[in-house]
Amino acid sequence: MTETTDVKISIRNLRVHYGDYEAIHGLSLNVHKNEILAIIGPAHSGKSTLLKVLNRTIDLVPGAVFYGEVKLDGENIKQIKDVYALRRRIGMVTPLPVGLPLSIYDNVAFAPRMAGVKKKSELDNIVERALRQAALWDEVKDRLHMLGTQLSGGQQQRLTIARALSHDPDVLCLDEFSIAIDPVTTTRIEDVLRELRYKITIILVTNLVLQARRLADRTAFMYGGLLVEIGDTEKIFSDSPADRRTYDYIHGVFG
Amino acid sequence: MFKETSTGREKKVIERIAKIILGLMTACMIIPLILIVVYLFYKALPILSWDFIIKVPVHGMREGGIWSPLIGTIYLIVISLGMAAPIGIFAAIYLNEYAKNNWFTRIVNLAVVNLAGVPSIVHALFGLGAFVVFAGIGRSILAASMTLAIMTLPVIIASTKEALASVPCAFREACWNVGATRWQTIRYVVLPNSISGILTGVILQVSRAAGETAPIMFTGAVFYKAVKSGDIFAYGILDQCMALSMHLFTISTQVPDVPEALTYGTAVVLLVTVLAFNITAIFLRLFLRSRKKW
Amino acid sequence: MKRTFLSRALEYLIELIIKLCGISAVIFIFAIFYFVFREGASFMFGKFKPLEFFTSPEWYPTSQSHVRYGALALILGTLSVTGLAMAIAVPFGIGAAIFISEFCSSRVKETLKILIELLAAIPSVVWGFIGLTVMNSLIIRIFDVPIGLTILNGGLILAMMSVPIIVSIGEDALKAVPDAYREAAEAMGATRWQIITRILLPAAKNGLLAAVLLGVGRAVGETMAVLMATGHSIRIPSSIFDPVRTLTATIAAELGETAVHSEHYQVLFIIGILLFVITFVINLTADFIVKGIREKK
Repeated sequence: MTETTDVKISIRNLRVHYGDYEAIHGLSLNVHKNEILAIIGPAHSGKSTLLKVLNRTIDLVPGAVFYGEVKLDGENIKQIKDVYALRRRIGMVTPLPVGLPLSIYDNVAFAPRMAGVKKKSELDNIVERALRQAALWDEVKDRLHMLGTQLSGGQQQRLTIARALSHDPDVLCLDEFSIAIDPVTTTRIEDVLRELRYKITIILVTNLVLQARRLADRTAFMYGGLLVEIGDTEKIFSDSPADRRTYDYIHGVFG
Repeated sequence: MFKETSTGREKKVIERIAKIILGLMTACMIIPLILIVVYLFYKALPILSWDFIIKVPVHGMREGGIWSPLIGTIYLIVISLGMAAPIGIFAAIYLNEYAKNNWFTRIVNLAVVNLAGVPSIVHALFGLGAFVVFAGIGRSILAASMTLAIMTLPVIIASTKEALASVPCAFREACWNVGATRWQTIRYVVLPNSISGILTGVILQVSRAAGETAPIMFTGAVFYKAVKSGDIFAYGILDQCMALSMHLFTISTQVPDVPEALTYGTAVVLLVTVLAFNITAIFLRLFLRSRKKW
Repeated sequence: MKRTFLSRALEYLIELIIKLCGISAVIFIFAIFYFVFREGASFMFGKFKPLEFFTSPEWYPTSQSHVRYGALALILGTLSVTGLAMAIAVPFGIGAAIFISEFCSSRVKETLKILIELLAAIPSVVWGFIGLTVMNSLIIRIFDVPIGLTILNGGLILAMMSVPIIVSIGEDALKAVPDAYREAAEAMGATRWQIITRILLPAAKNGLLAAVLLGVGRAVGETMAVLMATGHSIRIPSSIFDPVRTLTATIAAELGETAVHSEHYQVLFIIGILLFVITFVINLTADFIVKGIREKK
């Protein structure tokens, strides 16, 4: 089977179990290089689980197992020996903003330091680059020594994004990044994503369907652990998507 | 459900009476304690001096000071906690950060918590049976310290686990998401933010080890041992030693005609030592609470 | 970005040490069970007569002619001193727990809690000393009795030693009752006292029971204080002004004079096993009671 060269992540027949409970039942999809792919769907569809599989933090959940073939750049992620390097290739932004109880500088320098970067000048560059990309630099550049936990919720979410970008990932995953922050910050972060597009691959899990419509090139609809439909955002949000359930969910019939 | 009382005043009276009675009950515990402590100091006053600390007991322990028991106690707590603290802290890290959530781990955790409540005399029996007899170490500072170490180990594990668990899981997940290993996460985020709690737990066990008598009575502490006044290197690890707690027991029950001030003085020094450790731990805890980073 | 070989090797080493410590702690913990049982085992499965042990008050382990190991007087000694201690400590302890939890401002609460913690830190040999000196003369003077080292002395001392644990766990139990209960009752017009007796105490009864159990465990296991304060008489007591000997004190008093592995030595270990089992069961029960509350929530 030949794969087109612009497939960044390919997923074939993914099944995920938490103990006896099957969270994802046989999901297959491709993520194209440098696109913004939105994944929408109601709660408990398996969206967050899918992200956890991608960077293999699912391994850290007690009792969780996954089956199937997941490839990043053609490599099967289950066979990658250095799982920490894998996690550094994928940036992850969680729903709740987390400022580590370290200074802002140390928050962003954390990942490179753990990866072995020691030179101060290198770290300085990385910190500035990541904070600029996350649209936080101007607000904090004079107080980098301040504790990360003392920032506002919106700033902490941008700090989380800066941390995610600090290790120069080629894939950025965002899991419902806007639920705990104000609309102004949400807009700023959406601008950040627009700036990053075409440079890195972005997977955006969201239950704000309008957000998906604004940002994504393609959209996938997951429901009950299955992929219902995936396609160009235009098509998904049109009056005739391939599956009736997609239309119903988007128009609030259920959710 | 609630009785209708005719006047609001009746309600207030009942409440006032309840408050007074309960307050008195509380005072009944605390006031006698304060009075007793004051009385102890008063009776000990004639003998409390720098000399009392530095000099050794003489004349069948009816005169002199408490240097040999004091230095013995210091040896015991340093060696026993030098063993118990690292093992206990690492074991707690294992149990809280690495161990899988299976039935075995649950049994271990149960055993740890319940062993924290075993009577000290049972620890004495264990120390005698395991270290003095079975391992052949004989009665010595080593055996006594090992007994004290086993006594304090479960509590150090339990309190360290509590300190580690107080660090929110979200921090750990954030670290794993950026590719940090488990140990890196522990070393750079979890431990630095639980160290005060861990230290508090260890200091409280130091205090307990300093005050215990039964576990050391049959494993290494003795009635009397000749030592030079003010000598810091008074004992070897396989020697038996005197200890402050044991000394108090000895001179108040086993030796006749000891002057009152001497016995009260010994009690006061032991009490002050133990309370000093506890007060340090309490201050550490308050300091930690004020500097909370999240 | 790649980590150096050295740093990865060091990390592997540290994680190995952590796992070793975890396992060794488990080994030590189960070793305590093993060794205490082992030293008493051969006698226990040999010439030990359980009936005599539990029902006869004749404790003559060192007799030349007729060795008897009847521990009834010792058991009653432990029961009487513990019983008296709990009769005092439980009402005072729970009363203080209610006072601290419901009637105190947070400043006063903090201070009282610190004082109680310091009360708990006093070593048992110091308590024994207090019993030997202060309590002894007080009892002789107030009650006009010839000797002061009695059940009364030991009971009072043990009460003061057990109260802190009852207060601290009891206060936790009361604190755990959701504020919603209190607010609902206040809205219905109940007084503070009514709230306490009709709502809080029933809601917290499991935690309070656990607190009392742990206090009992503490009292049963106490050695030095009772050794010094209750006297030396191995007899079935008839009043609180009688001296007694507890199980714990017996071990402490006699172990030093026994030859290792002699019969007497082993019987003392059997008493140790008995104490171990009693306190273990008490702690386990208290654990289950507390866990029962958590699971319900």
